[in-house]
Amino acid sequence: MNYLKHIGKYFIMLKQVFRKPQKWSVFREMLFREIEDLGLKSLGIIMFISFFVGGVVAIQTALNVDSPFIPKYLIGFATKRSMILEFAPTFMSVILAGKVGSYISSSIGTMRVTEQIDALEVMGINSLNYLVLPKIVAVLFFYPLLISLAMFLGIFGGYCAGTLTDLFYSDDYIFGLRLDFDPYFIKYALTKTVVFAFVIATIPAYHGYYVKGGSLEVGRASTQAVVWTSVVIILLNYFLTQMLLG
Amino acid sequence: MIEVTNLYKEFKGVPVLKGISTTFEKGITNMIIGQSGSGKTVFLKCLVGLHIPDSGIICFDGRKHTELSIKEHRLLRQEIGMVFQGGALYDSLTVEENIMFPLKMFTDQSLEENLDRVNFVLKRVNLENANNKFPAELSGGMQKRVSIARAIVMNPKYLFCDEPNSGLDPNTATVIDNLIKEITEEYQIITVINSHDMNSVMEIGEKIIFLKDGVKEWEGSNKDIFITENEAIVNFVYSSNLFRKVREAYLKETK
Repeated sequence: MNYLKHIGKYFIMLKQVFRKPQKWSVFREMLFREIEDLGLKSLGIIMFISFFVGGVVAIQTALNVDSPFIPKYLIGFATKRSMILEFAPTFMSVILAGKVGSYISSSIGTMRVTEQIDALEVMGINSLNYLVLPKIVAVLFFYPLLISLAMFLGIFGGYCAGTLTDLFYSDDYIFGLRLDFDPYFIKYALTKTVVFAFVIATIPAYHGYYVKGGSLEVGRASTQAVVWTSVVIILLNYFLTQMLLG
Repeated sequence: MIEVTNLYKEFKGVPVLKGISTTFEKGITNMIIGQSGSGKTVFLKCLVGLHIPDSGIICFDGRKHTELSIKEHRLLRQEIGMVFQGGALYDSLTVEENIMFPLKMFTDQSLEENLDRVNFVLKRVNLENANNKFPAELSGGMQKRVSIARAIVMNPKYLFCDEPNSGLDPNTATVIDNLIKEITEEYQIITVINSHDMNSVMEIGEKIIFLKDGVKEWEGSNKDIFITENEAIVNFVYSSNLFRKVREAYLKETK
């Protein structure tokens, strides 16, 4: 019953969020700030993780298909598919749920317990619209770029890992990358990314906005936000995969 | 004038405000006092619209809160300034940006005009050189002054203060009290202060409402408090020896 109550409250929150901003110039200012906080500041970690994950996928594939009957170009093919279909959109979104989700939840939660949200409401500002809408717009526009970069860097990481350790030749890897390339997979990955980005912005915002108590509760809300965002991403990943590829 | 009629509010079946009726006049400092849990903060939050009363009417200069549309409610709120207990300043913004925030949100003034207004209110609260500081770099008293500056920057008709002196030393508390009183008289606004601080009550409480268990137990001025026979308020205000002695001396002198 409690879960249903939270789901209902979450959708009521969204109704308040999706209103016309009270002042476009203020919204624009907030949007740029959120792009920096939620997007640009995540660039480093995403680049680092995707590069090494791509490297590990290539090495693992190379070591596990060490048979004269399996062509070496399969390593490039498998790395490309893994990065585009799962590792970049899903794995990176779970990483972002941890990094960005906890930031959103704790920053909004702190505003709640220090009465900053009350101060907005007293002024006649729709606090949900003011605080959450710029975050949603920022991640919806920026995360597809971030995940596209992660795809590229993952594949490049695989190339570097394999060629530097002589596990395969670069020609084989590049042949594998170009083999049976289906642009629909990119569309599929970016569709997932947009859905996950929405989840990453809104679930932590919900947990932060409705927090009650003090700093301890803000910490708890932050943990809850990361857990639930990750759970929802994993579940949605299953359903989206079934719907879009099944 | 703010007229409150039969205000009733409960949380999960527990009544917190039990039919409070009163009025707040402009140009004087109205104070709400009472023990912790007496309903002061809920009363103040009902007045500013953070809580919706279960029944009763709050009338702001003839505008009944129950009859206002969402747009009218929003416009009314722009006439309200509030000083929160902890200041409620936006951590990521400088003092200047904090004060300028309502101006940017609700007016179409140029940056220069906004800056002039910000500097004017900062001067009014004696914080001329704090424009580029962040709230974390300010003392508690300075944060309260910035909060007051933000509350008055839009020229509000109504100013609400939730325990403006909590956590401040006696000197700073007096400075804040005097500032609120001066602003109230200067701009002829309706000021409602929620306070625990008996010094403030005695100093600036031109109209005092004493709440007990969600009921208005007593109403009067800071002078009336010395002569009242109401047992509940006498026990509350004169719970300290110092105040008891002050009252005895006052009564002796006036006899």
